[in-house]
Amino acid sequence: MTGDPLERVYREEWAAVVATLARRLGDLQAAEDAAQDAFATAAVVWARDGVPPNPGAWLTVTAWNRTLDQLRRDRRFAERAAELYRMAQAVGEEDEMGVPDDRLRLVFACCHPALAPEVRVALTLRYVAGLTTREIASAFLLPEPTLAQRLVRAKRKIKESGIRFEVPGPDALGPRLSGVRAVVYLVFNEGYAASGGEVLVRGPLCDEAVWLGRLLYRLLPRDAETAGLLALMLLHHARSPARVDPHGRPVPLGEQDRTRWDPAMTAEGLAVLEDALSRRSPGPYQVQAAIAALHARAASFAGTDWAQIAVLYGQLARLDPSPVVEVNRAVAVGMADGPRAGLAVLEPVLAAGTLDGYAPLHVAYADLLERAGDPGAGAAWERAIALTHNDALRDELRRRRGYPEKS
Amino acid sequence: MRYALLLYAGGYRGEEGPAAGPGVYDNWVDYTRALKDSGALLGAEQLQMVDTATTVRVRDGERLLTDGPFAETKELLLGFYLIDVPDLDTALDWAARMPFIGFGTVEVRPAKTDMPWREVLG
Repeated sequence: MTGDPLERVYREEWAAVVATLARRLGDLQAAEDAAQDAFATAAVVWARDGVPPNPGAWLTVTAWNRTLDQLRRDRRFAERAAELYRMAQAVGEEDEMGVPDDRLRLVFACCHPALAPEVRVALTLRYVAGLTTREIASAFLLPEPTLAQRLVRAKRKIKESGIRFEVPGPDALGPRLSGVRAVVYLVFNEGYAASGGEVLVRGPLCDEAVWLGRLLYRLLPRDAETAGLLALMLLHHARSPARVDPHGRPVPLGEQDRTRWDPAMTAEGLAVLEDALSRRSPGPYQVQAAIAALHARAASFAGTDWAQIAVLYGQLARLDPSPVVEVNRAVAVGMADGPRAGLAVLEPVLAAGTLDGYAPLHVAYADLLERAGDPGAGAAWERAIALTHNDALRDELRRRRGYPEKS
Repeated sequence: MRYALLLYAGGYRGEEGPAAGPGVYDNWVDYTRALKDSGALLGAEQLQMVDTATTVRVRDGERLLTDGPFAETKELLLGFYLIDVPDLDTALDWAARMPFIGFGTVEVRPAKTDMPWREVLG
């Protein structure tokens, strides 16, 4: 995953060709094979004849012709004649359809709920974002063969079980779109606050999630929550340059150098959020983006509108009730109304016990106890450290507790 | 595409009860008729209780019979529908509208195509 713009274009063309072929064939593996052939041919022919005016169309036509040739040579061609006729019809209907529609269809297929969440993530990153198997495996700290197997099985399931490359009809669209957003957000979160491994922030994953978010926003411009998700990711990702210090140590929000936040990305996020809110269709991503916007607009941690953030977490709790939201609300209330008030919000969450293994709960608890001058803070910090699996974050917590630096 | 909809009792937590939900049928006659009228129905059977089953194995040329079902599990195979529909989403919709769906589980499995033995069926 590099920032190389040429490579980006290459990957986008590849994804667009795969998307169109996958829709026509109902088969992602066949689409991938055909695309690979076409790109290999292009490497030779374009070097000789120059790049054609519409490279994407050239590639798609080449791949499709190659596929038809192979199907004709297939000894069961006669049995497949009806199928081929249907496919030819599909191509004929395409005149009005552009490439973006096929990529949207591909997204919905890759994110189908009949596929396990980790499978949806792998498929989306491979075929929509165009990452290589190695890049995806590395991003998720998986052995490459494991990921490769996962993709092989997924493609087989799509083909054999009849998952269509179609945008769902109106009745199903809402929940399916929600599932697509969840996949993109999962990728973003894995990049933003890595659950394992050595580094806290895996920027390239955030870049991919933002790219996917921008694609979805372009393809579905009237959907408020899709815009809300993009805004949320942009506003968070804008802070990335300030989130780790030169030694790779995580810098808490309160200590970040806000001049290092990316102003262009922040501005884009705020504009997208405004667009989302104008649709008057509230939802959890928009609320979270609004919270991020309050941080983005504040000159300092202390000067942030914590009272309004606490209100927004209250709204979020109503839209998407979860103990995790209550933890965040407790932190905001603790900032707005003092640590004791924050602890009062946290008590029921602690008592319920459902988040016993959730490190941020104990970090929040420890921080509030410490600021309230409560002697229980020490034990709470121990718990938080023990539950933190990310090395960089755990080391930072240890440092705050006064443990000696690891050499 | 052909699918088997395999009905299992169990596989859920919580109380038994009919599922409220859009499109869920409240009886098997209406459900089966709807499937038949749609043209998707290929076959169906509701099976007798699992204690009426006999399991057959042949090992080393010897036929071994067991009194009871293959798997002694809490999930009991109650019956099946065989359907022919254009895609997985259509099959899933039919599965989700079964009368017992609130207190059971349906496995939706695609059937293999192009198998030599199918030619016998004509």
